[in-house]
Amino acid sequence: MTDTIQRLSKPDMARRAAADIPEGWYVNLGIGLPTMIADSIPDGREVILHSENGILGMGPLATAENVDPWMVNAGKQNVTLVKGAALFHHADSFAMIRGGHIDLCVLGAFEVAENGDIANWTTSQNDRVPAVGGAMDLAAGARNLWVMTTHTTKTGEPKLVERCTYPLTSSGVVNRIYTDLAVIEVTASGFEVIEMVDGLSRDELQSKTGAGLTFRA
Amino acid sequence: MINKQVASMQEAMAGIADGSSVLVGGFGAVGQPNILIEALAEHGARDLTIIANNAGFDPDIGLPVLMKRGLVRKIVCSFPRGSSVFDELYQAGRIELEVVPQGTLAERIRAAGAGIPAFFTPTSAGTQLARGKETREIDGRTYVLEHALPGDVALVEAWNADRWGNLTYRGSGRNFNAVMAMAAKCTIVQAQHIVELGAIEPDDVMTPSIFVDRVIHRPCGDPPIAAIAS
Repeated sequence: MTDTIQRLSKPDMARRAAADIPEGWYVNLGIGLPTMIADSIPDGREVILHSENGILGMGPLATAENVDPWMVNAGKQNVTLVKGAALFHHADSFAMIRGGHIDLCVLGAFEVAENGDIANWTTSQNDRVPAVGGAMDLAAGARNLWVMTTHTTKTGEPKLVERCTYPLTSSGVVNRIYTDLAVIEVTASGFEVIEMVDGLSRDELQSKTGAGLTFRA
Repeated sequence: MINKQVASMQEAMAGIADGSSVLVGGFGAVGQPNILIEALAEHGARDLTIIANNAGFDPDIGLPVLMKRGLVRKIVCSFPRGSSVFDELYQAGRIELEVVPQGTLAERIRAAGAGIPAFFTPTSAGTQLARGKETREIDGRTYVLEHALPGDVALVEAWNADRWGNLTYRGSGRNFNAVMAMAAKCTIVQAQHIVELGAIEPDDVMTPSIFVDRVIHRPCGDPPIAAIAS
């Protein structure tokens, strides 16, 4: 049965999320899977990318031909700038985040709960070395918080749950989730499925989800 | 005549005492005041508290040099991964760690420079990083009280500096440097270029000289290329 499910590839997940980002939004893309969204913004749509270390108007990764060693993003990769870009310091950068100026942040997650809680910074109370970076600021500060993640872990455990078991990054902040199986809104009454991949039944999606689903008509 | 430029590292490091809190700028490989960090290791002040975004990367460059010599008692940072030296010291219980969300770190430093002793932030509310901290509900949202984080010393990497200490930074090198320069009793700058007073247009000054105490000319070239498209 599962072989008929048209599970989205990672680039397809990125394209699906990118399709929903309106022109003119200021967007911060978390390290990892969400970074792929940058290459998937539809042609001709102006979306301005922010990087925590002081960049608005981040362009694609640099190449050997155009690399500027003085320009890195939050993932410490060398990046380019687009026309209209601006550079600033860390306190201003996080004022943009915390002050509600960033329209959207897309993060990866270990778990998302039906009340909008997100756990994405550590999987254990005794991580080998705890490290949080900018995740808590982004989760608490962005006007919209989307999560992009596989629907289940590598071992098939649900990542969408009733309550997070891993340490929280922020509470009640996630409003949409893009997985390889579905697009889900986090509403006042929990997870509402607004789209599913072909070949997947509602029961199958529910069986892979750790909290109750409702389905938009 | 005001001249904050010093000629030797001995002068640049003079007076840094054991037990100092040291703000260290940089993010990734960009804007790291590595030459000053190594001079601090030579200077030999012990029992230091280091405040920086990361705990260093290459074992032989920057903060790990200081840590390997056993000079660092504690590090306050947001993302202490990627440093084998830190990792070993931490696992051995030989260095203290305070993990601070990156924006809270920046704002605690900014607050210190701006004369704000503490502030309420929504970041970390309801998480384990808020444990033991005062919280307050304001207009229906929970905020965490965070305290200013001043330094005795700030180590800063700049692109241009003049003899008054006006600074510019290059590329993404402004990062924590411009914030930390404001927040220390003694801000020490390693500058790629020393320029004539007035050569930095007033419109272009990124750190005004009032925040800077010492400048040393150390052109160290471009940072290493980190990662590019394949």
